[in-house]
Amino acid sequence: MKFVDEYRDPAAARLAVAEITALASRLAKPGQPVKFMEVCGGHTHTIYKHGIENVLPPTVELIHGPGCPVCVIPMGRVDDAIAVAKKPGVIFTSFGDMMRVPGGSGNLLEAKAQGADVRMVYSPLDALRIAEANPDREVVFFAVGFETTAPSTAVTVLKARERGVTNFSVYCNHVTIVPPLKAILESPDLRLDGFIGPGHVSTVIGNRPYRFVPGTYGKPLVTAGFEPLDILQSIVMLLRQLTEGRCEVENQYTRAVSDGGNPKALEILAQVFELRPHFEWRGLGFISQSALKLSPEFAAFDAEIRFDVPGVRVADPKACQCGEVLKGVIKPWECKVFGTACTPETPIGTCMVSSEGACAAYYNYGRLTKIPVKSA
Amino acid sequence: MCLGIPGQLVEIVSLDDHRAIVEVDGVRREINIGLVMGDPGGIAVGDWVLIHVGFAMTKIDEEEAANSLAFIKLLGSVYEEEIDQFAQEPELTLVADPDSSPLSSDTTEIAATNGGASSDGQEELVRP
Repeated sequence: MKFVDEYRDPAAARLAVAEITALASRLAKPGQPVKFMEVCGGHTHTIYKHGIENVLPPTVELIHGPGCPVCVIPMGRVDDAIAVAKKPGVIFTSFGDMMRVPGGSGNLLEAKAQGADVRMVYSPLDALRIAEANPDREVVFFAVGFETTAPSTAVTVLKARERGVTNFSVYCNHVTIVPPLKAILESPDLRLDGFIGPGHVSTVIGNRPYRFVPGTYGKPLVTAGFEPLDILQSIVMLLRQLTEGRCEVENQYTRAVSDGGNPKALEILAQVFELRPHFEWRGLGFISQSALKLSPEFAAFDAEIRFDVPGVRVADPKACQCGEVLKGVIKPWECKVFGTACTPETPIGTCMVSSEGACAAYYNYGRLTKIPVKSA
Repeated sequence: MCLGIPGQLVEIVSLDDHRAIVEVDGVRREINIGLVMGDPGGIAVGDWVLIHVGFAMTKIDEEEAANSLAFIKLLGSVYEEEIDQFAQEPELTLVADPDSSPLSSDTTEIAATNGGASSDGQEELVRP
């Protein structure tokens, strides 16, 4: 339990681990640990960075879910982004971690090296500033992210309209958290006992949207904060529900998340976006109503309408098993190319690109201690 | 990009335009506070907020802010990348030097270039 000493409150962490061990021993069957999925990439990062799997008993297994917005963008969408970036007169703006994500033919950084005007931004508002500073150029913002990030894009579009900026548009790849959860719950090859719900997404959407998880699928969900102790406490809360025969949505991250979420952000999301009929997720395939596009009122700011976007579809590389990793069917190190052909420096799959991707997090923090323990 | 970082409001630039200056670990930057202005109790200088891609997402208390910052710092390079990007002035004009990498561009060079651009009336990023 040496890792526990590094936690903010080691005594509380020890208590949590002791309770997890006691509760899980009553629930787990031989060879069948209790399995919880942490949905959010930020949680995955915490789990690896702080060696949470090392302090958990073998009766509890964590499955790393699809909650890294960079990791779920299919290669074809990256190729489309590059095609737009290479159009004459375009300044293409993107968050830094999206620039390294490989498409079927290179990434945005390579497109920049080849002469495309690609610029990294911290905020969509920075992209709007670039548009205002360059009125003779077309500035496109590569919008990615769950409901955490989508309100920022929506506010930026509203600001662009308010200020009469006509050379700004959004290549919208915002996704929503509930449909992939449903897809995972419907997946026949996965047995889960509950979910550690995402923290930051829930600051926006609140806890209510998760009620279908216990309601329809009979699995508990606990929204959790990002510190190691938060993760441990959320596991305790899940196990308590299971041992007490309860099944509900609970909130461990009350410091930042309320049941109703952020009403202002939700209102702006509804004003600016509408649901796409379907959207392709890397590894999960097409999921109905799982992504956002600009509503017709804001069509003038939609890069997919403004530009001739090729609509490329690229099959994931055969060797890459990001799909199985995202669904939690295999662990990162069980992928054939993990750590050999696919590393953070030369990623094949998106899970290796973002620091929140399960493969990159595991590669950076976990591989030395976990491989001998967990490999089958 | 998915990280939320805690910061303290040090100045309201414009309530109407939802613009405020926050300080994160000694680094200041303008952010948008429109999404938290409807919070109970409103929003004022001295409040702590969770910041994501230049927007205040939710109000948090001071203890949570301190704990959460201490925790994020433990993430090492992830935190450093985030705070670098937080401090980064947007590249309003393309930096002339073709050898400069986009991820390690010299910010003072960008700032100097921006200073020369007359179209840039507002300075959104403030350095301490």
